[in-house]
Amino acid sequence: MWERIAQIVRKEFIQLLRDRRRRLAVFIPPVLQLMVFGYAVNLDVDNIRIGWMDLDNTPASRNLLAGFQGSPRYHIIALPANEQEAENLLDSGDAHAVLRVLPGFAKDLERGRPAGVQLLVDGTNSNTASLISGYSQQIVAAFATPVVRKQQQNMLLTLATSGNTAGTSMKAPRLNVDTRVWFNADLLSRNYFVPGVIVNIIMLVTVMLTAMAVVRERELGTMEQLMVTPIRPFEFILGKTLPAAFIGLIDMSMVVAGALLVFKVPFRGNPLVLLTCVILFLFTTLGAGLLMSTISNTQQQAMMTSFMFATPAFMLSGFAFPIRNMPVAVQYLTYLNPLRYFMEIVRSLFLKGAGVEVLWHQMLAMLIFGVTMLTLSTSRFRKRLD
Amino acid sequence: MSWQRIGAVFRKELRHIMRDPRSLGLALVQPLVMLLLFGSALSLDVDRISTLVYDADQTSASRELIRQFKGSRYFEVEGAVDSTKAVERGIDRNRILVGLVVPRDYAKHVAAGQTADFQILLDGSDSNTASIALSYVNALVQDYGNKLRASALSRHAGRSLPLPIDFQVRIWYNSSLESKNFVVPGLVAVILVVIAGMLASLTIAREWEMGTMEQLLSTPVRPSELVLAKMLGFFTVGAVDTVIAVLVGIFVFDVPFRGNVGLLALTSCLFLCGVFFWGILVSALAKTQLVAYQVGVATTFLPSFLLSGFIYSIDSMPKVVQAITHVVPARYFVTILRGIFLKGVGPEVLWGNILLLTCFMVAVFFLATWRLSQKLA
Repeated sequence: MWERIAQIVRKEFIQLLRDRRRRLAVFIPPVLQLMVFGYAVNLDVDNIRIGWMDLDNTPASRNLLAGFQGSPRYHIIALPANEQEAENLLDSGDAHAVLRVLPGFAKDLERGRPAGVQLLVDGTNSNTASLISGYSQQIVAAFATPVVRKQQQNMLLTLATSGNTAGTSMKAPRLNVDTRVWFNADLLSRNYFVPGVIVNIIMLVTVMLTAMAVVRERELGTMEQLMVTPIRPFEFILGKTLPAAFIGLIDMSMVVAGALLVFKVPFRGNPLVLLTCVILFLFTTLGAGLLMSTISNTQQQAMMTSFMFATPAFMLSGFAFPIRNMPVAVQYLTYLNPLRYFMEIVRSLFLKGAGVEVLWHQMLAMLIFGVTMLTLSTSRFRKRLD
Repeated sequence: MSWQRIGAVFRKELRHIMRDPRSLGLALVQPLVMLLLFGSALSLDVDRISTLVYDADQTSASRELIRQFKGSRYFEVEGAVDSTKAVERGIDRNRILVGLVVPRDYAKHVAAGQTADFQILLDGSDSNTASIALSYVNALVQDYGNKLRASALSRHAGRSLPLPIDFQVRIWYNSSLESKNFVVPGLVAVILVVIAGMLASLTIAREWEMGTMEQLLSTPVRPSELVLAKMLGFFTVGAVDTVIAVLVGIFVFDVPFRGNVGLLALTSCLFLCGVFFWGILVSALAKTQLVAYQVGVATTFLPSFLLSGFIYSIDSMPKVVQAITHVVPARYFVTILRGIFLKGVGPEVLWGNILLLTCFMVAVFFLATWRLSQKLA
């Protein structure tokens, strides 16, 4: 029996590695995704282009400008002279925001009246826009602090000279928040995205390989030939899935190595737990691949079908979009998504160093998924063979 | 170029598409499902941040501070615990995102007019959510801090100082900062790419595999006519998809539509043609369905999803990658869609993007034609 399985496995590997393009199709995705999520894309906002519209033009307003210029995040790209120019800047997307210092800014500051500053933000990208308004608020607050202090002194002076009580205390409390960011102290997108790539890659590669391996035989008519050999269905299934599992493990090692060595993502958990979880996850993806092969007759159908399942699974895994932001109904739906659990496990292992005592829920869920998926698909698959 | 030959191949293509109801159904239903699901689920809005509180002070001052967090629509206080350890455990176990720890002498410091410290613990693993949460914390602390000072001053001196700066933030185009307004128009572009690119490259790759493409090439049909006719066949499906997607965006998701319908139709046609030509080119290069699929995903879906500015802003990419995004047609289409939907701008702003989209389409058409004539030789 093992010999027959080995024969199929060998045949699969030969077919897979014979063709240069097919070889690339197996090993390019992990490298590509690593590059993309480690290097190319992130949600950090650190290149904000603003237009500076100074309707006051005084030393005080230029001081505020210096505050923005001093921040490495901001780049002043234009000095719009009127409303129309400011509007054009935002319409064309050349600037993310326009900061407008209202006339009388310096005078109001001097007299202790609220001085007007407006920030017009392009809200098209809501994520960028909320970060920009947050960062700008901080700069304006930093500018305001010394002003407040000076005003207090002035007030103290006036009160003292006007013969008010000499004992008046101008002491006012100051709130100081000490923020500690855990697990990803520099708030780098990369540390969050790169571990998630493991999940994407294993799903992408193993589901596809398994489904294709079976459907190709059926489409080319070689399935009948295989069926007349002494091989049993169970052996056939193992022979088709083992190579995919093996490639999945290799791809995973590539991603882990890249994450640790190239992108310096911390790994704080136990590698053995990761390996166990990967194997649990493989049960699910291999089962899904087999299932897909039973409902498809051509390679194209298999691909379309797997694409139709893979895209939602990916989108609803929490990889790019936090699950807690989804509508409650969809949040419940994500419990049916095996990727969700694996994503949580991988990220917790890398960044938080969590152990089995924390992750056992997710592991149990993956075990249930894996076993159900495999039994379901093998039974359906055998029926279809008979 | 003969319109009669193009027409003949076009009719054949239509029949081909109609005959395979499963693929047709997928091509028409899938975009609808994707748009409905993702439009409602994909959100980067950060609100209802789960927060755990440890109040070691237990005074009215500390409760007032906590009330600020409870009252904010961004924070959702899940409960109170009785040690910093418990807060830390909550973060460890993914239960909460933010922990608020008020130390023992908080009220004393506030009353004495000293600096009153307290602590925020933040789970930074999701850096984006964490940065936004952090900016909410800072804004809240600033605001409340100012109020505290003002009331203390008015107690001491009989009058308070107004805030020195009245800082107003006005959000244009998407004043409620809802990410659906940002996601849905971009999603339309991504879905069209997926359907268009994949459908074209896969279907034609199958014809290569079955050898019917060679038969077609041996007829008097010229390569350019073949490319055009094939594209027109898919185009009918793609056009229906576009209309469905736009209608769902406007009527189901309430995304504002402020621009010109004609401009939208024109640019969608340009984009669809370009993507279909691309699919034909990919299939001519790949020849087998498996490879066509992989190349199709790698050159259409992934770049349009990742490098078009759909979610990940192009400005935050490294310079090299920013240069690469210029060859991703979806980049221009996403900009155009957002311009038309949210900003209501016209050709006077978008002409650059429209021009580049046209260039892409024409270039890919000639590439595909050239590739097919190579096969002929």
